[in-house]
Amino acid sequence: MTVRFGGVTPLDSMSLRFEQGTCGLIGPNGAGKTTFFNVLSGFVKPVAGSVTAFGEDLLGMVHFRRARWGVRRTFQTEQAIEELSVYDNVAMIHEHSKLGGGTRRQEVIDAIRFVGLDIDPETKVGVLGAGQRRMVEVARAVVGRPRLVLLDEPGAGLPDDETEHLGDVIRRIPEHSDALTILVDHDMSLVSSCCQVTAVLDFGKLLASGPTAEVLRDERVVRAYLGTEETL
Amino acid sequence: MASTEVERTEQTAGAEGESRLTRGRGSLEPRNLIRPIVIVALLLFVLLALPSLFSTYYVDASTQTAIYAIVALGLGVLVGRVGLVSLGQAAVLAIGAWVAARLLFATSLPFPIVLLASGLITMVLGTLVGLPALRLRGLYLALITLMLAGAITVVLATTNFPNGGHGFLGYNGASVHIPPIRRPSIAEGDNAFFRYSVVVAILMFLLVLAHLRSKPGRAWAAIRQSESAALAAGINTTLYKLWAFALASFVTGVAGGVLAGSLHYLYSIDFQTQDSITLLAVVLMGGAYSLWGAIVAGILLQFFPQLFNSWGVSPDWLTILFGIGVLQVLTTAPRGIVDQMPKDMARLGRLVIRLVRRPTPSTSGET
Repeated sequence: MTVRFGGVTPLDSMSLRFEQGTCGLIGPNGAGKTTFFNVLSGFVKPVAGSVTAFGEDLLGMVHFRRARWGVRRTFQTEQAIEELSVYDNVAMIHEHSKLGGGTRRQEVIDAIRFVGLDIDPETKVGVLGAGQRRMVEVARAVVGRPRLVLLDEPGAGLPDDETEHLGDVIRRIPEHSDALTILVDHDMSLVSSCCQVTAVLDFGKLLASGPTAEVLRDERVVRAYLGTEETL
Repeated sequence: MASTEVERTEQTAGAEGESRLTRGRGSLEPRNLIRPIVIVALLLFVLLALPSLFSTYYVDASTQTAIYAIVALGLGVLVGRVGLVSLGQAAVLAIGAWVAARLLFATSLPFPIVLLASGLITMVLGTLVGLPALRLRGLYLALITLMLAGAITVVLATTNFPNGGHGFLGYNGASVHIPPIRRPSIAEGDNAFFRYSVVVAILMFLLVLAHLRSKPGRAWAAIRQSESAALAAGINTTLYKLWAFALASFVTGVAGGVLAGSLHYLYSIDFQTQDSITLLAVVLMGGAYSLWGAIVAGILLQFFPQLFNSWGVSPDWLTILFGIGVLQVLTTAPRGIVDQMPKDMARLGRLVIRLVRRPTPSTSGET
């Protein structure tokens, strides 16, 4: 798959395959991780290539239809809706999915409970702290039956104990919803504790991919991160 | 309360979450009842007592207030809830008034049916005005809707409002005995028509409230915060933006119909392009996010000018006041007067209580 913005090529003939469970996607700043997410969720159209998930062609669907199909994502800057209650934030995702309204209330409550939020669901998100908002966003990503959960730096800016809780929740996503989860984060301890496999991007190219521990030991990966290799 | 706290701390974390999460939504605790009771009491006062307290002059001003509260409500949905700044609402109101006036002259349809028809026709036309919103936001959307409003105003000025004449336009420039636009038979008088307007306004507020409390309201909140996040949440932003314009245009069209009945005679000069700008200003002042803000906006726009007139002060001064008001809202009180006033009043109340208590501590128990 290739993505081009004018002269910039954030993803260059990159090919990647994730199987099951929770997968990590790491790489230095500007490596193309978020662009990759944008392609999956439909905000960016690749000039060449294809995206197939569960046997279906994702590129043929416009963005909001992909969300209905089951693509969920969180953003680098958390996007839980301030004006709405925790319940409405999560219920909103559910009501725009393919699921019926009959079990909505239960499934929404399940999702809020799943992420370990112990607050009145009628609380407005605007009054919550950063960590709780992040968990609301994760609840939005897992409610109902998602098929592809994309987490874009969910741990950014969280204190250690909240990151630990976040890791617990992310690890339990596959059993909760059967979804393929892709985690982008710079926090290597979070990635290695959550992901069985990890892929590394650098300058739009796939640098390495495989079991997380091996990938993190890979010499080229270490070089890309520490910058010992001559780069630009 | 204390006992439930204890209970909660004794439970495990998971069960604790359950106890809070399974609590009923909108349960009818006494404190939840206060709000509806106050609202109903206020409405009963407005409907029953207000016309007998006011002179005809102020009853008319109150009717206009109710009508423009509906218009402000529609704009509040667009600006406050979805984040779409439209400067074309005065023109949309004019369309509603036009359609209603035409139907009232040309047919003998009952007044509520005319209101419904003018609402629906205005909805279609107003949604067309909203089409640029699919591509544009902010300043450019405001500019385009202003231009469209200007175009509509020009068309109205050249064709004039129907005054009971013949033909499609229904305008007869030569007629001497111009018939007034009719009112509903149950609300011929000014007091009755005021009550009629308030009831229509209540229905429109309920319609909007029903939207805000359900799927479209949540979708609008998402779009307002971030369009890409809304798309990622599976929201068809095109549909919901047009829906917002459709709802705003519908209520504004209904308001136009009521306006036609209230004024008896309509002239294109009643619908100036710049009225849309003043409308936006008062909506921001009142509080675009709140339904109460729409009522405050209606009062600012229609009641205050009459108040100023009766004091012998030119209502043109209000433009300056509105300017200051908008500045104040944008800098210090983004949620408008309805949010700011209670806070200021509470602060004032505390101040007064402190002042009262200090010199006479013995009577403090009674106050």
